[in-house]
Amino acid sequence: MSNLDDQALVERLQAGDQFAYAELVEQHAGQVYRLALRMMGNEADAEDVLQETFLSAFKAIDRFEGRSSLSTWLYRIANNAALMRLRRNEPDQVSIDEPVERDDGDVMPRQFFDFCCLPEDDLMRDEARAEMQRAVDELTPTLRSVFIMRDIEGLSTQETAEALDLSVSAVKSRLMRARLKLREQLSAYFAQGPVIPEARASS
Amino acid sequence: MSSTDNVEPHEHKHDHKSGGCYPLEYISDYVDGELADELCRELEAHMEHCENCRVVVNTMTKTIMLYHQLPAPEMPDAVKERLYKVLNLADLHPKENGAE
Repeated sequence: MSNLDDQALVERLQAGDQFAYAELVEQHAGQVYRLALRMMGNEADAEDVLQETFLSAFKAIDRFEGRSSLSTWLYRIANNAALMRLRRNEPDQVSIDEPVERDDGDVMPRQFFDFCCLPEDDLMRDEARAEMQRAVDELTPTLRSVFIMRDIEGLSTQETAEALDLSVSAVKSRLMRARLKLREQLSAYFAQGPVIPEARASS
Repeated sequence: MSSTDNVEPHEHKHDHKSGGCYPLEYISDYVDGELADELCRELEAHMEHCENCRVVVNTMTKTIMLYHQLPAPEMPDAVKERLYKVLNLADLHPKENGAE
């Protein structure tokens, strides 16, 4: 959606047009739900974050100045709602104002198994996907949101920076750490060799 | 970390600050195609004789590709319906209007 389309919709939203509100939901609820689900890891919390996001957005629409796209703006509200909820669930684990260079632990590569050569079937099987989900869940929430926006949802570095109120270099730094951690975990997982159902069945 | 005790860390003579083989932020930028040309050539030359860096680049690229290929979770209809209700837009829910 172009910023020009955004502008027309924002004008209608700011004029209180109910159809415009429904249009905003139609266009963006899917992206908000995906982010919420991947941040929270369960459907109930994701639904709460989805509702909170649009309630907050409707309240704040008068203050929307168009410095970012509506999509990026909604990502920002949704991410803040997710972090607030995560912090409520695990107060010791999550801070919404973590310093940029928070210690996420060591990211030095240690696994050098080149799993690229494995057959696609092994890489895409359900167990591998469950492992991928687990690996994302284990990232700190600040690394998780950068990775989800940038590498799963496909936002640009600039858009991710806008959505997270971060500098471009902070996004790159967090993205690098997230990627290294995930790469490490997947390498260790694939190095063990996948559990092949056929082999299990024939044994 | 315990599972990797038997693996040598990624030490290398390459004179860069990361303490690893090649600066990791360059590797991430390289994977995005955002590394400056000169550094790009340097990294590619380095990878010709450094198996570890080559594997890190390959597996990082593959990791991103695998995540990118994950099926996007669909929002259940019931969730959407409740959202319209919470937002006082129930009358405008596409289902209420007979939309497909």
